[in-house]
Amino acid sequence: MGEVLVITSGKGGVGKTTTSANLGVGLAMKGKKVVLVDADIGLRNLDVVMGLENRIVYDLVDVVEGHCRLKQALIRDKRFPELFLLPAAQTRDKTAVNPEQMKKLTDSMKEEFDFVLVDCPAGIEQGFKNAISGADRAVVVTTPEVSAVRDADRIIGLLEAAEIKSTKLILNRIRADMVKRGDMMNLDDVTDILAIEVLGVVPDDESIVIATNKGEPAITNPISKAGQAFNNITERILGNDVPLMNYLGDKGFFAKLKSYFGLS
Amino acid sequence: MFSFFNRNKKSKDLAKSRLKLVLTQDRLNCSTEMLEMMKNDILKVIAQYVDFDESEMDIQIAQSFSERDGKPVLTANIPVKALRKVAR
Repeated sequence: MGEVLVITSGKGGVGKTTTSANLGVGLAMKGKKVVLVDADIGLRNLDVVMGLENRIVYDLVDVVEGHCRLKQALIRDKRFPELFLLPAAQTRDKTAVNPEQMKKLTDSMKEEFDFVLVDCPAGIEQGFKNAISGADRAVVVTTPEVSAVRDADRIIGLLEAAEIKSTKLILNRIRADMVKRGDMMNLDDVTDILAIEVLGVVPDDESIVIATNKGEPAITNPISKAGQAFNNITERILGNDVPLMNYLGDKGFFAKLKSYFGLS
Repeated sequence: MFSFFNRNKKSKDLAKSRLKLVLTQDRLNCSTEMLEMMKNDILKVIAQYVDFDESEMDIQIAQSFSERDGKPVLTANIPVKALRKVAR
């Protein structure tokens, strides 16, 4: 029996889909059987972030409406041992599915998979209600900005009201230079306000844009800082105790050497 | 020279204080209209047990956060003249 994990945020554009893709790949790389579910009906994107957009035949709405079997709609990602994607419908809207149908769907998938990761749409309306309906755990993604943190707080309240047993935070796109200058809230500032357990911190990283351009999640790139952060988060999801990444960036070997000789 | 720079409050502190303020309102999700209705209902109940001079009566409902778990708290201050003997 697997687990249903919903990745949500309230505000759009904070990195839900990128997080979903990276955690899905991360868990699959660790030998778990994973299905990624794009719950953003009408605005599907997880398929392009994963680089699987050319292989879609059926979608989530087709499954729910009985036009095809679940197996026919699942796209197998051949790069990883056991990773599947259930794409959202693009030509329908959020009202095409209701929370009961979504719960039934994720319940049936967790019989077969270790992890069912649901990429939630932005907002708090029907799409959000659909996405969280079958969730065992929730991951709230935010960035260190006033608007994103405010929305995250609202979402945390709604998840609490929906009695989801565990909700944890990912602070995404943090910039060490701005934090050091005092122009960006750091992790402590954000947790001070949100009072929620932290699942991880992900630095702002160009490699994410490059990875998305290619349709290959950054976690597969061993030199990507954001990829390493997602890898640590994957470990924590599996219950392993990994220390938080020093997102402020320790001095590297050469910087240390230079400062030793008084060059910087 | 450095005190000159320190005088400029860091923008993240501004962000934090603005967030705290806006979240106080968000978490309560409680309009002034609703607070007024609450106040009137509380008065009705209290009048059954307590003597009070309505002109002196001043209920203030303050919104704050619990120190323990950060959850919002409503506090009402009700000045009491004397307890009414409840003969029921």
